[in-house]
Parts: sequence; C-alpha cells; structure tokens
Amino acid sequence: MIGLAQVYVFAGLVFAAWAALSARDAGNPKRFGNAAFWGLLAVSMLAGDRLGDLGNGVLVLALVAIAGTGQLGRGPAPDTAAERATGAAHHGNRLFLLALVIPLTALAGTLGFKRWPGLVDAKQVTLVSLALGVILALAAGHAWLKPRALVPLEEGRRLIDAVSWAAILPQMLASLGAVFAAAGMGGVVGGLLAGVIPEGSVLGAVIVYAVGMALFTMVMGNAFAAFPVMAGAVGLPLLVHQYHGDPAVVAAIGMLAGFCGTLMTPLAANFNIVPAALLELKDRNAVVKMQVGTALPLLAVNTALIWLLAFR
Amino acid sequence: MTAWVLIGIAVMVGGFALRLNPLLVVIAAALATGLAAGMAPAAVLAAFGKAFNDTRYVSVVWIVLPVIGLLERCGLQERARALVAGMRGATLARLLTGYLLLRQFTAALGLTSVAGHAQTVRPLLAPMAEAAANAPNEAANDRVKAMAAATDNVGLFFGEDLFIAIGSILLMKGFLEQQGIVLAPFELSVWAIPSAFAAFAIHSFRLWRFGRRYAR
Repeated sequence: MIGLAQVYVFAGLVFAAWAALSARDAGNPKRFGNAAFWGLLAVSMLAGDRLGDLGNGVLVLALVAIAGTGQLGRGPAPDTAAERATGAAHHGNRLFLLALVIPLTALAGTLGFKRWPGLVDAKQVTLVSLALGVILALAAGHAWLKPRALVPLEEGRRLIDAVSWAAILPQMLASLGAVFAAAGMGGVVGGLLAGVIPEGSVLGAVIVYAVGMALFTMVMGNAFAAFPVMAGAVGLPLLVHQYHGDPAVVAAIGMLAGFCGTLMTPLAANFNIVPAALLELKDRNAVVKMQVGTALPLLAVNTALIWLLAFR
Repeated sequence: MTAWVLIGIAVMVGGFALRLNPLLVVIAAALATGLAAGMAPAAVLAAFGKAFNDTRYVSVVWIVLPVIGLLERCGLQERARALVAGMRGATLARLLTGYLLLRQFTAALGLTSVAGHAQTVRPLLAPMAEAAANAPNEAANDRVKAMAAATDNVGLFFGEDLFIAIGSILLMKGFLEQQGIVLAPFELSVWAIPSAFAAFAIHSFRLWRFGRRYAR
C-alpha cells in the first residue's frame, strides 16, 4: 500500500538533490551551509524513523544552529528574462495546462483512490496525490517543454533557497505545540481565563471565548492548538453547560474566530511567513499586515454570530 | 502545574518582536516551557525531536517546487501577466474577488490543496495581480503581491470548514465526543456558512477599495 513512507522517500530524494546542487553552486558564498541544511532535511525524510527521538532532536538542533548563525545564503539569480520571454511566446497557454496537472491530480486522486482502498492509504490520499501530481507534471513537462535534465531541480533549488529557513518553520511550530501540550500549558491558560469572565453575563462569556480563541491562536500560531484549551475552559463549561448554548454553533464558529487569529499572526508561518518568502517580499510580515483589515471585522462578526445563533 | 510554563509564550512574543531568527526562538521557547514544567533538557529535546519526526508531512509540500521552477523558467509568469494584460475587463479587484470565490468554493468541496501559495499564488495569481494593477513603485507592487497571498488565505480558511471531512471539523467532533457530546460532522459544518458569507463580503469590499487605489 502506498502511504506516507513512500512520499517521505520521494521528498527525501528531492531534498538530497537540492543539497548536492547547493554544494556545487559556486555563486553562493554560503553554499556549504545550504548543502548541510537541505542535506539534514533529506536525512530526516529518508531515515527519521531510525534516528530515535533524541537523534531527531539533535538533528533539529543542527538545523537551528545552521539557520540561527546565518549560514544560509543564496547566489545571484541568473538572468533568464530573455529565455522566459521566448518560452512564454513559444509555449503559449500550454504552460497553464501543465500548471493544472498538480491540482487536477489532487482532485482526481482525492475522488478516485477511494475506489481502490487497498492501493493508497486512505488517510494519506492528499499527500500521495500531491506527490503523484508532481511526478506526472515533471514527466509531461519533460515531454512538452524539453528542458535540460537538471533544469527542474536547479530551478526548484533556486526557489527553496529563496524560502530558506522559513521552509521548516511550520514543522518547527507544530512540534513546539506538542511540547507546549506535554508541559500542560492548556490547563494553565484555561485557569487564568476563567478568572476574567464577568459573572452571569452571556455576552461577556461569548466575547472572552471568541476573542480568546483569536488571541490564543495568535500566540500558538494555529487554531487547532487553541480550540481544546478555549473550548475546555470557557466554551463547554460556561456557554454550553451553564447558559445552554448549542454546542455545534459554539464549536464551529469558535473555531472560525480562531481562524481570524491565524490571519493576524506571524506564527502561522505556512500561511503568513512562507508566502512572503516565496513572493520575495521585502517585509516578511507584509501578508499579515494585509490581512488584519479583514480579520478584525470578521472576528466581530463571528462573535456576534455565536451570540445570536447559539442561544436561539 | 505552575504558571511558569507560560514562559514559552513570552519567549515567542519577545523573540519575534526582537526579530531574532524564528527557528532559534522556537527551540528556545520549547526549552523554556519544558524546563519550567520540570522536564530534563534531554527529555525536552527528545519530545521535540519526536514531534518533528511525526510532523514531517508538513514540509512535504516543497516537492512541488521543481515543477513550479520548470514552468517559471519556461515563461509561466510572463504568460500569466500577458493573459491578464490582454483582458480589458480584468481589474485587480475583479481578479482577486474571482479568485477568492473560487478558493472558497473549492475549499468547501474539500479541495484545499488544488490551490495554495506555492501551487497557484506565486506562479499565477501574483503575476496576474501585478499585471492588473498599476503599482507606482516596488513597495506598492509588494503590497499587491501580499494582497494576492492574503486573498488565498481568507478564501481557504473561510471555505474549508464547510467540508465535513476537513481537519478542524474532525478535531471538533473528536473533542466534543470526549466530553460526551455526539455530533455529526454535517451539524458542525453547516454553522460555518454564515461566516463564509461574511468573510466574502468583508474581504471583497476591501479588495474593491484596494483595487481603486491601484487602478490601471
């Protein structure tokens, strides 16, 4: 059965190729730092299960040491403007068709693999489809565009070098969430919040719950970590049990109040910091700043919706 | 249990405010909270390492970069710009509002990974937005690109919860079940509909105003 293990091997090979290409990237003054960083990620993908917990921890320390001491760099971008312009004129809209191969494979895989349950691990259909889409797109790209063999990997390395350490920030934050949970942080925050809610005020409790979801999401970088804490501390004991609110409304819209927080925090790295790096923006918080104007009114709307809909 | 475990949050906020390298900040926050909870340094490191290994799927998404890189080298961004520049009615606001609607709609069908920052925003939406806008300088151009990314996020977040098998719905269902409240995923996802409309209304209003500032 095809599952995460095979996807990790594929990803490991891609990172290993980037490590090798980084090492021979003479234009990059810090090429060996890049090579070590992507090489360690390749090791993690290929052999992480055999390293043991402490071994993986040491691997993380090495990654942090490389990035934290400024050992990641990038060479000057080669001027390919003329090549890209002729390519655009020559290949035309066929390029869009190729760009759609990954999304269409994800779509077909999500719908189709359910019919062959023995073939692909049902829980990992999305990632398996993504990897399959990449392979199909590369094969079609080689057939249609006829690039030199190393062009996809070289251009991929150029992009990942632009993203740099931000590439593993989402994974690091997810791991931090696990350590926070193991240390019992949820219970402590819940205890503190219980003290600030005005006695007997439904609206007050709704506001603390919704705004608390957004704030705690901002601090944790993700609403999934905030939800058990806020629902356990305020949502269930007060809104549902004491004031008889509809648990479905309290949970569903409370989660969306948390998503408003996701829009406003640099800690939601994969949504907010990674795109700033991918788009090569000067200000790494540019995307967050753009989102605040949508997130704040939307948080107010969500708070009002809980108040209006949960206590019908 | 002591309130000292909250020190990790202080480390995060302080470290980000001082613009230290975020990877350093994250590992420092983990150590601070772990030590405050009475764990040995090696135990914190092992817990972090285990979680890092268990969440490798988060970083798998980068395997799309060779495809994106190949297409960009062959002129995808230029082609996307030319397409929008050739359409007379393609204003910045219409382009981004159309994308917002498409992203909310596909996410509501559970198709969250058909679009994204690596798959669609960088190679397609951002260059199209640049072509549709008339940005006077580099900083304004960065704002247009940032708005393209922001639109992708808003569409994803306020579309995906309409789908019953998405992670957050399953998390809520699981959490409530542990507390003795049994709900079908559909009963949860239906309450995401009002917020989805509100998100579309608020963000498309902002896009309309944003678009007027950078009209071609």
